[in-house]
Amino acid sequence: MLRVHGLACDRGDRRLFSAVDFSLAPGEWLQVEGANGAGKTSLLRMLAGLAPSADGHIEWDGQPVSDVRDEFHARLLYLGHAPAIKEDLSALENLQTAAAVAGRPLDEATALAALRRIGLKGREDLPARVLSQGQKRRVALARLLCSQARLWILDEPFVALDVAAVSLLCSILDEHLSRGGLLIFTSHQAVQLGGIGNTLRLGPDPDASRPRPTIAEVPA
Amino acid sequence: MNAFIAIVRRDLLLAARRKSEVLTALFFFMIVVSLFPLGIGPETAMLRRIAPGVLWVAALLAAMLSLNRLFAADHQDGTLEQMSLSPTPLALLVSGKVLAHWLTSGLPLVLLAPVLGLQFDLSPRALGVLMVSLLLGTPVLSLVGAIGAALTLGVRGGGVLLSLLVLPLYIPALIFGAGAVEADVAGLGAGGHLSLLGALLALGVFFAPWAATAALRIALE
Repeated sequence: MLRVHGLACDRGDRRLFSAVDFSLAPGEWLQVEGANGAGKTSLLRMLAGLAPSADGHIEWDGQPVSDVRDEFHARLLYLGHAPAIKEDLSALENLQTAAAVAGRPLDEATALAALRRIGLKGREDLPARVLSQGQKRRVALARLLCSQARLWILDEPFVALDVAAVSLLCSILDEHLSRGGLLIFTSHQAVQLGGIGNTLRLGPDPDASRPRPTIAEVPA
Repeated sequence: MNAFIAIVRRDLLLAARRKSEVLTALFFFMIVVSLFPLGIGPETAMLRRIAPGVLWVAALLAAMLSLNRLFAADHQDGTLEQMSLSPTPLALLVSGKVLAHWLTSGLPLVLLAPVLGLQFDLSPRALGVLMVSLLLGTPVLSLVGAIGAALTLGVRGGGVLLSLLVLPLYIPALIFGAGAVEADVAGLGAGGHLSLLGALLALGVFFAPWAATAALRIALE
């Protein structure tokens, strides 16, 4: 489904990583690991089509992503570092607007059900600015519950979540995988998910004189 | 189209929740325009003469005030990324943002201008022409401003740079907008000027969202 070949990323004169190869079939997940600054977010942004790659190519259903951009974006859900939450809108309004922009308008009942499941019952109509960090993350994650997208790209989805929310998120991700979805995420913690999973380690580059960081793909 | 409506709705809702930003620009417009009759004195012939220019320059400056917030907040909280990943073309969503910007910052100026024009002893007919010229001209300000706001996105000290970039581009709208009222006061008929303003608007509607989108894509990389 998603095939990545020889992907490389430059930041200024420095090559962050190169020769990233992997492929992801329905029901499979990929955890991207690496030290701070190793290029995890850059890799995810490239995969989502937000940033150009220095080298290599990305294929979706056997076609280069650049050729099927609209189709690819219609099947993609990307959650970045910034949660895309408007402080002055309520949780419900945030969720409904985000869904409409993503091309899948939500009716109020569906949106409310998603917010309740994610643990925001009773806070649906509060402006997001009075919610805590973790609750704001939950508003962003509620989009996962309403999503029909096949490919989820999540940047640090477990950040700022409490134990209960982490296990809830894991079960949401499991459901997505069992529906035949694809999942790519970054996380510093070990995550147990069903389905076939791989870990991609964006290599640390301890020796600055070495031109390229090493990358090893370790099947889980 | 759903996404377009959602963006317009969201931006209007945000403006309604944070009224101070809209009201600041509006009061700025009122005060700047009102300072001129006070400073120059009650010579009606002189006031009639300078009215179109003063009202239009004040409208340009007031429209500038809210421009640097146009994309900055969306850029900061990640909404812009989500917009660029939408299956709806980004240019259409940008048009939605520009429309919302005009509704909250341009349209109030159009409605307020005839009241302020009374201070300059303009005839009812000239006030009508002033309103029409602003109605055609303020959307051009929002459209051209959006290009500037997108180009200066993420630039430090972008506010000043934005005015340096955008104000020269406002000159055609200023000339034909103020010119329409002057021509009407002089009894020459405002039709020609208004047609040119309309042409500027048509050009802006077609090309500005596209140019702003190209600039936003660069800022996003």
